[in-house]
Amino acid sequence: MAQHRYVYLMLLPVMLYYLIFHYFPMVGVLIAFKDYSIRYTFWENIFNDSWVGLKHFQAYFQSFYFARTFGNTLIINLYGLIFTFPAPIILALLLNEVRGMRFKKAVQSITYLPHFISMVVIAGLVIDFTSSDGLINTIIEALGGESIQFLVQPEWFRTVYILSAIWQEIGWGSIIYLAALAGVDAQLYEAAVIDGAGRWKQTLHVTLPSIAPTIIILLIMKIGQMMNVGVEKILLLYQPTTYETADVISSYVYRRGLLESEYSFSTAVDLFNSIVNFILLVSANKISKMLTETSLW
Amino acid sequence: MGMVVKRTPGQKVFDVGNHIFLLFLVVITLYPCVYVLAASFSDPNEVMRSGGMLLWPKDFQTETYGLVLQNRMIFVGYKNTLFYVVVGTAINLILTILGAYGLSRKNVPGVGVMMLLITFTMFFRGGMVPEFLINRSLGLYDNRWAVILPYAMSVYNLIIMRTFFANIPASLEESAKIDGANDFVILFKIFVPLAVPSIAVVGLYYGVGHWNSYMRALIYLRDRELFPLQVVLREILLQNQNEALQSATDTSFAYAENLKYATIVVSTVPILCVYPFLQRFFVKGVMIGAVKG
Repeated sequence: MAQHRYVYLMLLPVMLYYLIFHYFPMVGVLIAFKDYSIRYTFWENIFNDSWVGLKHFQAYFQSFYFARTFGNTLIINLYGLIFTFPAPIILALLLNEVRGMRFKKAVQSITYLPHFISMVVIAGLVIDFTSSDGLINTIIEALGGESIQFLVQPEWFRTVYILSAIWQEIGWGSIIYLAALAGVDAQLYEAAVIDGAGRWKQTLHVTLPSIAPTIIILLIMKIGQMMNVGVEKILLLYQPTTYETADVISSYVYRRGLLESEYSFSTAVDLFNSIVNFILLVSANKISKMLTETSLW
Repeated sequence: MGMVVKRTPGQKVFDVGNHIFLLFLVVITLYPCVYVLAASFSDPNEVMRSGGMLLWPKDFQTETYGLVLQNRMIFVGYKNTLFYVVVGTAINLILTILGAYGLSRKNVPGVGVMMLLITFTMFFRGGMVPEFLINRSLGLYDNRWAVILPYAMSVYNLIIMRTFFANIPASLEESAKIDGANDFVILFKIFVPLAVPSIAVVGLYYGVGHWNSYMRALIYLRDRELFPLQVVLREILLQNQNEALQSATDTSFAYAENLKYATIVVSTVPILCVYPFLQRFFVKGVMIGAVKG
């Protein structure tokens, strides 16, 4: 031990950070099974004996908001899985077919850019471009259509959310696949050409199988985040008229917990969310291990 | 692919289509940036009449930027954001470097367990409300540390740095050990100088994160004098959205409406300025992280 004392000394502040800011809150979820009282300090609330069992969970499951927030969380994520997830893979495959290196590099540099722009600005752009005198409605009207209030009508919220997510992340998301594509052995392509495979067949039989492990790992990670809709973007884009489709568990927890100070109830809702999320992650990992021998652990 | 194969007509059609599609992607990525920049320098009435279509300033003016300079909250936000970026990133880097070195010592008992405990936090969290209550009970509420200390490390960046440290040849370290160097000397005299590029990558990840962060301040800050730029920007954007519902006739209102474009420009330009130089380092960071996933 003595010979490693400096290593432990270095790790001390790091472990303290994780203890205080990550593991203390995990203990803190106990307030989901209590009635948090502002008369006591946080730790008194944790360690006193005022258990209320699953009261808050029941209240959530029986409320009108359960179906809405749980459903919206699942649907937005499902759309993400169907539309947002494959977009960077497709871009990487298309970029892989480009022979002009300069053109390829330029497309890459430009499409990475939106990843670094703040969500506040992204939301500001979305609001501006979808407004009644914004670009999108100008185009719709020029084509003879009728102006749409995209951020006021609930049926448009998910479309706006998903399309803007693709716009922001398609380029950055493709990096990891391009890295995997660069590692594909050129001999595999040569062999495929000798066998008479065209480019489409090469993509299908050489390129895709080569990047499949990367796709699977990222898919598991994505499913492991299934229930975590980025609350920031929702809060920046939704409004009461679109709650019907836009209000997800995390935005609901934010309103009930941090704006209305219902600490125990909102912690229960959030804990339910975390548990579902964790189950999804473990299952996705297990299924992938069985089917493809690729897994996170 | 480096092979020269005769292209069939079908492939030629595909190539043309592919290039057109990628160009379209470039255009829709760049257009919002061009539009905002053009709008911020245009006459506000022209912007309103443009229907979202501007490639170049119409009736060029710089008055809007004069309004930005006069706006006290934008100045306050800028100053605060600089503080959060500089101090926050410094703390991030110190802890990440120490952690990455410690966690790359796989022969030290307990390190494996510690890594497991840290990785677990990526997949399971206590949640927004317990985090808020604990931070507040520690005095991390409505002051500058509240938006810095709870975000002092990210597992993802720690893994990037650790992977880099793990790849440094052991021979360098062994010869230093023979000379009697302790772990602190090895870290700061050997590892850190070798890791400057990856420290830059990780520092920039953290820095951009601080620059762009909005939720932290929304949750933890009440005092307007502490607000970062993103919160101020959001207020300006919202203010105009609400006022846009009222009749827009007088010119000062029109300029106020235009203020949002200029504020977006002013708050995003620093990111855009460092972007071209650092883009390739960022990409490298993603790849290093990808190895360990």
